[in-house]
Amino acid sequence: MRSVLAQAWAIAAKDLLLEFRSRTSFLSALVFTALVLAIFNFARDPTAVSSVDLAPSVLWITFSFAGVLGLNRAFTLEKENRAIDGLLLSPASRTALYLGKTAANLVFVGAVEAIALPLFALFFNVPLLDVLGPLVLVIALATVGFVAVGTLMSSMAVNTKFGEMMLLVLVLPFLVTPVSAAAEMTTKLFAHRPFAEWAAWLKLLAAYDITFVVLCTLVFEFTLED
Amino acid sequence: MLIVSAQAPALQVAGLTKRFGHVHALRGVEFTLGAGESLAVFGPNGAGKTTLLRVLAGLLKPDAGTVQFGGEQLVRSNAAHRRRVGLISHHSLLYDGLTAAENLAFYARLYGLAEPRAAAARALAGVGLEARASDAAGTFSRGMVQRLAIARALLHDPEVMLLDEPFSGLDQRAAATLRDLLGRLRAERRTMVLVTHNIDEGLELATHVAIQVAGRFASLGPRDGDLAAYRARYAEATAGA
Amino acid sequence: MLIGLLLVAAIYVRALAFTPEEATQGLAQKIFYIHAPSAWVAFLAFGVVGICSAIYLFVKDPRLDLLAASSAEVGTVFTTVVLVTGPIWGKTIWGAWWTWDARLTSTLFLYFIYLAYLVLRSAVDEPGRRGRYSAVLGILGALLVPFIHVSVYLFRTLHPMPVVLRPGKPELPGSMLLTLLSSFAVFTIFYLALLARRYAWARLVDARAQSEADRADASR
Repeated sequence: MRSVLAQAWAIAAKDLLLEFRSRTSFLSALVFTALVLAIFNFARDPTAVSSVDLAPSVLWITFSFAGVLGLNRAFTLEKENRAIDGLLLSPASRTALYLGKTAANLVFVGAVEAIALPLFALFFNVPLLDVLGPLVLVIALATVGFVAVGTLMSSMAVNTKFGEMMLLVLVLPFLVTPVSAAAEMTTKLFAHRPFAEWAAWLKLLAAYDITFVVLCTLVFEFTLED
Repeated sequence: MLIVSAQAPALQVAGLTKRFGHVHALRGVEFTLGAGESLAVFGPNGAGKTTLLRVLAGLLKPDAGTVQFGGEQLVRSNAAHRRRVGLISHHSLLYDGLTAAENLAFYARLYGLAEPRAAAARALAGVGLEARASDAAGTFSRGMVQRLAIARALLHDPEVMLLDEPFSGLDQRAAATLRDLLGRLRAERRTMVLVTHNIDEGLELATHVAIQVAGRFASLGPRDGDLAAYRARYAEATAGA
Repeated sequence: MLIGLLLVAAIYVRALAFTPEEATQGLAQKIFYIHAPSAWVAFLAFGVVGICSAIYLFVKDPRLDLLAASSAEVGTVFTTVVLVTGPIWGKTIWGAWWTWDARLTSTLFLYFIYLAYLVLRSAVDEPGRRGRYSAVLGILGALLVPFIHVSVYLFRTLHPMPVVLRPGKPELPGSMLLTLLSSFAVFTIFYLALLARRYAWARLVDARAQSEADRADASR
């Protein structure tokens, strides 16, 4: 077990090092975020719709798409020089590969979210400091949910004719539950509603995460050449 | 089949079959090699040579047949087997964005080597690239990339080395360096299987030669002729294809 | 031939089911007898996809892959029927083409899963890989469906919808209930007939590809 984690760590570290050196995906995600925030601000009529009502939707649209941008990199970087073969040749377990890739994706998406969230609070004038704890929990759970499935899907998408478009098509249905749950909870949090009102969503999201993280880990090896 | 030594042969393959959908890539390939022997497999594109190597490397599971390393049967997903095999392909399997040292240290970690950085440094020195250790692999020339790939393949000291068109894209000098390195591997009693469509390469390094056409060996035996003889045999075997 | 008969029987029985029933809610309500059973079949078909996918990953029998793919195609057709009849009904009853009704929304997301499955299959040429990838998506998709149901249900209960005339399952008078149940049975038979047909066709195509490949091999 320890070696699986060590291998996963080595893979995640390698991914993050490569991303840090090239920075292209990360910057695209940030630019996309800024763009979405700016457009939403200009496009709405401040008298008609209050920012607090709009805020959760915008936040989650931004996170979802930035997330998909990040997911695309995970396996495309293994295509150059057929590096994926190198990974598969090594005694590293397939589970370690999945965990390492997912971890790297989580760090990537998490970093984008960490930068986007304050920007978003600024642009939309949403006071989130007093609900920061629960909000971070919600964001973390939803991100784990869609990154776990997205990493699995990107392993397949990269080997298909349509490449990155395929990833979007594959991942879209699986975004529904985590993102809608997170958006609902975000709305409730911003409105300072009591926990009882959104507890059911939290349970749903947690159940989703557990089910799909386990399932994706088990099924991952079938996406590799056999 | 060739039986070359009394003890368990280094590499023994029997009845290897592999289909991709409706296509038969391998149709009952068999051979045996002792330690330090090397098999050169010549064949046209589409003969299944790469598939054969990928099965030997543990990247593909055959539909039928067995592969044995030193008498131990290869089972899929067997990490122990993958530790005994190294693969050099015409792709480098390296990351352009990492330095030579970082690439090797990463693989050393995956192979569970103690002191990955030291192992990486030793491997780099072994192929004469220690001066470029801190340079990104993306800046290397084709010949240097091949040397780095060899360093990667040798990190875990595999007893069986597989080579897939290793000379492709190399200029004279790089090819000569590669030949030297391969000679050294032979001297170190590593067993090798080299596949290529170019009969000029690798013939002199081989102790045994096979010609693969349409998924099976049209001929197999110890090297007993010169280049011209094998060219003739190859032309004959591939005439129908 | 048997399959043709089944198809005819299915349609005939359905037609019979229609004629004696005059709904009090107006002719538009009749759509319900197509809409509801189609929805049931849509989900049943994906259940079949899920089960075939799971077994396929263990057994690797290509016939299971063909069966899953056939069920996916047939299921997509039924899902389309649901998504077309739903708004038609909705428009006549409430005057709105779409409401985020729980069942319709669930079906919409099921549709996305089906489309993803079909697109994935068209994007991979090699049959072994296509089978594996489809099976992975099939299993994940099948497990996603209950989560979508719950999400949509939660969304609905916490966002009260305008209650005008809900396309739910209100207490039906005996005769309508009978029609409904028999339409479910008939649609299931119809699905099985279509599935068998589609699967047989898939097997034929596969066999032809195999014999072509064999011929090409023999000439090498």
